[in-house]
Amino acid sequence: MSDHHLAQLNIGLLRAPLDSPAMAGFVALLDPINALADTSPGFVWRLRGEGADDATGVRVFGEEILVNLSVWETYEALWNFTYRSDHLEAMRRRREWFTRMREAFLVLWWVPAGHVPDVEEARDRLALFRERGASPAAFSFRDPMPAPSAAPRA
Amino acid sequence: MTDSGIEAVGALSEPLRRRLYRYVVEHGGEVSRAEAAEATGAQRNLVAFHLDKLVEVGLLEVTRRKVSGREGPGSGRPAKLYRRSAREHAVRLPPRDYETAAHLLAEAVERHGAEEALYAAARAEGARRGAALADRGHGPASPDLGELRARLEEEGYEPVMEGPGLRLRNCPFHSLAAAFPPLACGMNLELLRGLLSGAGADDVTASMRPAPGWCCVHISKNNKD
Repeated sequence: MSDHHLAQLNIGLLRAPLDSPAMAGFVALLDPINALADTSPGFVWRLRGEGADDATGVRVFGEEILVNLSVWETYEALWNFTYRSDHLEAMRRRREWFTRMREAFLVLWWVPAGHVPDVEEARDRLALFRERGASPAAFSFRDPMPAPSAAPRA
Repeated sequence: MTDSGIEAVGALSEPLRRRLYRYVVEHGGEVSRAEAAEATGAQRNLVAFHLDKLVEVGLLEVTRRKVSGREGPGSGRPAKLYRRSAREHAVRLPPRDYETAAHLLAEAVERHGAEEALYAAARAEGARRGAALADRGHGPASPDLGELRARLEEEGYEPVMEGPGLRLRNCPFHSLAAAFPPLACGMNLELLRGLLSGAGADDVTASMRPAPGWCCVHISKNNKD
């Protein structure tokens, strides 16, 4: 049992407001994909808005920017959910719903098991990744970093 | 070109070894010496020799497990089981490196957000391959699952019948799909959709159904109602 978990932030710039017909396909996937995440092996936590089951109401990065913030037990658990579950279909179609961003839109970092990251922490990690590129403090699927080794016993 | 690639391919020039390798691959899991001997009708010592040779060159790998269910002292050594190695072997003469090229092209497509252009190209290529299949003689009728399976086998997908559909054991774009999953799997999906429509296979649908260790595309028979 590792004493670190993997935190994940990704943001998406909406092509249209969520209630527009162009976004209906995405909105229809929200509940099933969130439910799939919740029951996926290694899932720990995901951000939800006040009184909501998803984070679509959390617009701290901008009015048109959706936030997805979650924590997973291992890198493999997050990778398998992202790319080896029905979530992949949503990934494949993401350009229908989100405008491509020039800068990085996803960042990963290790947190002590039990720690719940807030959006400020997530924003700092994304800023760090955008500024310096991959490091153990902020990286991506392209440059995975190993979990910090367990602290020596006192 | 690597020496290990040449050794691996060279090892398969021996007919029994090639049959054994095919048997293990098609079995899809772990195979014992006895099973391999029975499947090929060859003598067990000879089969063991060739299986170990396939391990030596990196085409198969060995796992050890007690298959009898017996435990403790006197239950015998764990059986040696063989399965396909995850290692990839490539031999191209003269030397070529299309894999690096594919990764660079994928990176460029992602940076430009040009996925749709890639999907359209994949669909067109799939349709050409499907049309070639139709021309090869299944006549005006749409190909059945058995014919599709044979065709996808030729394309390297290693299809397996599962219920009213086909699961694909091998991803022909494995290293690309590991590095660029949405892009490569999306390309593969459109390639297969194109192939099905080009072949006139109107009663089956290709869709994303990813699972660890399998190709992300699943082909299923449409509901008739």
